[in-house]
Amino acid sequence: MTQAAQQAAIPDEQAEIDAGAGPDPNYNFAYLDEQTKRMIRRAMLKAVAIPGYQVPFASREMPMPYGWGTGGVQVTASIIGPDDVLKVIDQGADDTTNAVSIRQFFERTTDVETTTRTEDASIIQTRHRIPEKALSEDQILVYQVPIPEPLRFLEPRESETRKMHALGEYGLMHVKLYEDIATHGHIATTYAYPVKVNGHYIMDPSPTPKFDNPKMHRMPALQLFGAGREKRIYAIPPHTAVYSLDFEDHPFDVQQWEQPCEICGATDTFLDEVVTDDRGGRMFVCSDTDHCTRDQEAAE
Amino acid sequence: MSSTEEILDQPLLRVTNLTKSYGGNAACRDVSFDLWPGEILAVVGESGSGKTTLLKCISAQLACDDGRIEYLMRDGILRDIHGLSEAERRFLMRTDWGFVHQNPRDGLRMRVSAGANIAERMIAVGGRNYGKIRGTAEDWMDQVELDPGRVDHQPGTFSGGMQQRLQIARNLVTHPRLVFMDEPTGGLDVSVQARLLDLLRSLVNKMQLSAVLVTHDLAVARLLSHRIMVMQGGEVIETGLTDQVLDDPQHPYSQMLVSSILPV
Repeated sequence: MTQAAQQAAIPDEQAEIDAGAGPDPNYNFAYLDEQTKRMIRRAMLKAVAIPGYQVPFASREMPMPYGWGTGGVQVTASIIGPDDVLKVIDQGADDTTNAVSIRQFFERTTDVETTTRTEDASIIQTRHRIPEKALSEDQILVYQVPIPEPLRFLEPRESETRKMHALGEYGLMHVKLYEDIATHGHIATTYAYPVKVNGHYIMDPSPTPKFDNPKMHRMPALQLFGAGREKRIYAIPPHTAVYSLDFEDHPFDVQQWEQPCEICGATDTFLDEVVTDDRGGRMFVCSDTDHCTRDQEAAE
Repeated sequence: MSSTEEILDQPLLRVTNLTKSYGGNAACRDVSFDLWPGEILAVVGESGSGKTTLLKCISAQLACDDGRIEYLMRDGILRDIHGLSEAERRFLMRTDWGFVHQNPRDGLRMRVSAGANIAERMIAVGGRNYGKIRGTAEDWMDQVELDPGRVDHQPGTFSGGMQQRLQIARNLVTHPRLVFMDEPTGGLDVSVQARLLDLLRSLVNKMQLSAVLVTHDLAVARLLSHRIMVMQGGEVIETGLTDQVLDDPQHPYSQMLVSSILPV
């Protein structure tokens, strides 16, 4: 083939994939090779057996930069099958860069059906939100985690934090909450709010807003957490107790807003503040776009 | 009190033939002593005489090569601390023991406020009421002569002497029975040293603390300790009541040490 012919062949191939003629034959199903998937599944089984415990795994290079959800992508790639329906959200939205690129990645490497409807999905990969709609037992929620170690900023030594997890020495976590109250008058941690899973391990629920913490408690769906750069996987099995740390006289509390969502009018959802102009104009809208759109449709 | 008498017939800490060497160099050789409840023992000697190694071994931070270190647990039984599990040892370290480092930066968390530093041990033993924890922290700031109004300030904004007092408060808040002190007044200027010593003496009296105090400063030993142990080259060369040893040293090295104090 001449060079010109080679170049001409590439668009054709791309067009074929775009036309839905099956997954890209140049990749193994779901990108990872089967041995890698087995390795990740073993780590996940261990993580499910010890809720909240961070299991080290041999994280692979993925065709996207660290911080784009390489951990979550590896977890999803290891559990996804041809019959699965995938939903990917980024801060609750189905149509933002991270969500779109990861959804396209799986469309191309697995050819599975994708959706934006929460209840239709069997696997939901998320960056920092839990969908507003309650999840069911046949769904799996996959989190992309940047820093899995909740004690990291208080105790930089990994050897020491592991020992603290093993011996359940979690006083330091409350020292952080103490410091919050001392500085701000209330527990000012609003995301990555530490939780105690199944009465033992303290876990960082990835940078989800604390608004979502109560949803983790006894959730019917399996929750898997993947941190690609930090090479850790952890999990919350279905119906596991998840308790957000607090003080007796400063109980755990979620964020509240004074106004409803300006698009759908919901009052019970997590709202994003959107700047609308350069003169201080702003509006509050649901961060979960699927929930918001459907609330609107129902109203009409 | 009969319970006090019962406890008093056993030492709080019993060290028997402790030996620790680094490669071929013996840092501590055959060190034995008993520490009784309410007693302050000073370990003096020049740099490199094995004082700090001894302190690290008896506070279970360093494994010793030979010998036994037994501690009278709260249940009244003497137990070998190197036979305890790591979890038990760490629990002891946070509750029943205190460790005052020479450099307060080693013993403090510099990135959280003074109050949080004092709060840490209370939280570690299960304190979960913010108001009470903060109240106790302010109370302890007051006891170590720090302004309780500075409870939310970072230790980095405190002077060296204040940091040292904060470290002491942080250690004493859980009412430990035994405190290890490694040159607690080292690196402080003389007037601050005097105030700190005065404070330590009154706290030790009030709380009936036992302490092992490592120092090269004989004046500190004289002021704080009941008994003194002079070390040289890893061995204990003389031991006795503080006043006795300092006023009438028997060993040539102790005599030299005592005579080398600069008169003002």
